Amino acid sequence: MTAEVHVALRGVGKSFSRAESSDVVHALGPIDLELRKGEFFAVVGPSGCGKSTMLELIAGLTSATSGSVEFEGASIAGRIPDGVGVVFQEDACFPWMTIRDNIDFGLKRAKLDAVERRDRVDRAIAMMGLSGFAESYPAQLSGGMRQRVCIARTLVMKPRLILLDEPFGALDQQTRLLMGDELLKLWRLSGATVFLITHALDEAAMLADRIGVMSARPGRLLDVIETGWPKERDSRIVEDPRFGEITARLWRSLREESMKSMGAAGASS
Amino acid sequence: MKAQTRNAAINTVLLLVLVTAAWQLLYWSFGDAALRSPAQTLAYTVKLFSGEMIWPHLRETMAAFAVALLLAAVIGLSIGFTLGYNRFAADVFEPMLVALYSIPKITLYPILLLMFGLGMPAKVAFGAIHGIIPIALFTMNAVRNVRVVLIKTGLVLNLGRGEMVRSILFPAALPEIFTGLRVGFSLTLIGTLLGEMFASQRGLGYLLMNAIGLHNIDLLMALTTILIVFAATASIVLLHYDRKIHARL
Ligand SMILES: Nc1ncnc2c1ncn2[C@@H]1O[C@H](COP(=O)(O)OP(=O)(O)OP(=O)(O)O)[C@@H](O)[C@H]1O
Ligand SMILES: [Mg+2]
Repeated sequence: MTAEVHVALRGVGKSFSRAESSDVVHALGPIDLELRKGEFFAVVGPSGCGKSTMLELIAGLTSATSGSVEFEGASIAGRIPDGVGVVFQEDACFPWMTIRDNIDFGLKRAKLDAVERRDRVDRAIAMMGLSGFAESYPAQLSGGMRQRVCIARTLVMKPRLILLDEPFGALDQQTRLLMGDELLKLWRLSGATVFLITHALDEAAMLADRIGVMSARPGRLLDVIETGWPKERDSRIVEDPRFGEITARLWRSLREESMKSMGAAGASS
Repeated sequence: MKAQTRNAAINTVLLLVLVTAAWQLLYWSFGDAALRSPAQTLAYTVKLFSGEMIWPHLRETMAAFAVALLLAAVIGLSIGFTLGYNRFAADVFEPMLVALYSIPKITLYPILLLMFGLGMPAKVAFGAIHGIIPIALFTMNAVRNVRVVLIKTGLVLNLGRGEMVRSILFPAALPEIFTGLRVGFSLTLIGTLLGEMFASQRGLGYLLMNAIGLHNIDLLMALTTILIVFAATASIVLLHYDRKIHARL
């Protein structure tokens, strides 16, 4: 494949120093990875292996201890690039704003005209199944609905690179599949590059063009699996026998690593 | 919401009835030498407000309190935001603030009097020092407790520092800040009145001291009632808004 490189991680590693003691936690890497422009890339890995850390490095929210991160050909180095949208693992809704104002927050700053803003927000609300809640406050919504508000808030900005950290974590399996379909549709329409962290192997297998499998902490890429799905796809591919093969292969790679990280957690407690 | 407002109204009325009844009982047991009855006090208060004597004192106290509260809020919020934003400064100054807070403020009053002389500035300063520290401490904790993911959301949108404070940090911290301002309000009022009681020639605090000296029980009771009604009303209103802001979280 000779597609344009959109994001490049070269030998990226991250360690955290602890305030109380002098020891450092090696959280991630070294990682070498290139995301192609317009591809859908998913990451799976055991808990605590550094997935969120990797996302923050790409978003420029934290800087790498070693190596470099490039976005659209320019080094990020702790500077936050334009054109990147992030959906965080935690609920990031602003509790003092209505759902509409939450979703509108970035647009308002981007100084788009009111009609365009309203149109984008209305469409995002409808797409995320939040109709009827536009004037509610986040506290009046369920956890899964708040997550969808955060997704909508990111998508209305039309980012060229979308980083999602377990965005469907609080959703039930059915809604999760349907939201996956919406995400696929949106990805096709927008042409954006998507980087999705998930703990659900089937979600990765169904949505992504490629899946990166990470080791236990410090997270390294153990394997990158090409799914080979056509661009036009939706949740019905779960019936395809290849879906089962991909999920099985993911689990084979991950089983041992997950046991390692469980064991490490057990030993240290 | 409606039912809640009605409940609050019923509670307030109930409280008033209870306080009045207790007051009447006290009056019956201690008699005219020490107290006046609720009815007598009400009559005297009405007379007081229809006369001329009280107005300059009331204006003086209100002006001193308003300025002191404004100062306490501005200084307290500035200190609070600075320390909330700056971990290192907070680690250094928080223990100092807590230590200062635990000093009986009255011990500082002679120094303030020497600095400002008798009159308005000393009262204002004394009122303000009561309010500044609680407002600063509440604000500092409020800013510090803003969830990191909200700040990250702002960073991803490339918000500048000013915009970050205005559109994320301040609204996110507002509920706690408001609680700080509510506490600061009460303490500043106490400080201002104390200031008037001990070295002043005007204001409600001065009148109160004077009434004690002249054994003017009517005036004493009327002034106490006015102050309590003012403080209680303000507290109830502020508490109402405090709860309303917190309800969204
Ligand atoms: N700010 C920080 N300071 C110190 N250590 C940190 C910090 N952030 C993350 N870590 C550590 O780095 C490691 C990786 O964390 P990270 O959040 O990236 O994991 P994750 O793969 O996203 O986990 P999960 O699947 O549970 O979300 C963990 O061991 C964590 O304790
Ligand atoms: Mg994570």
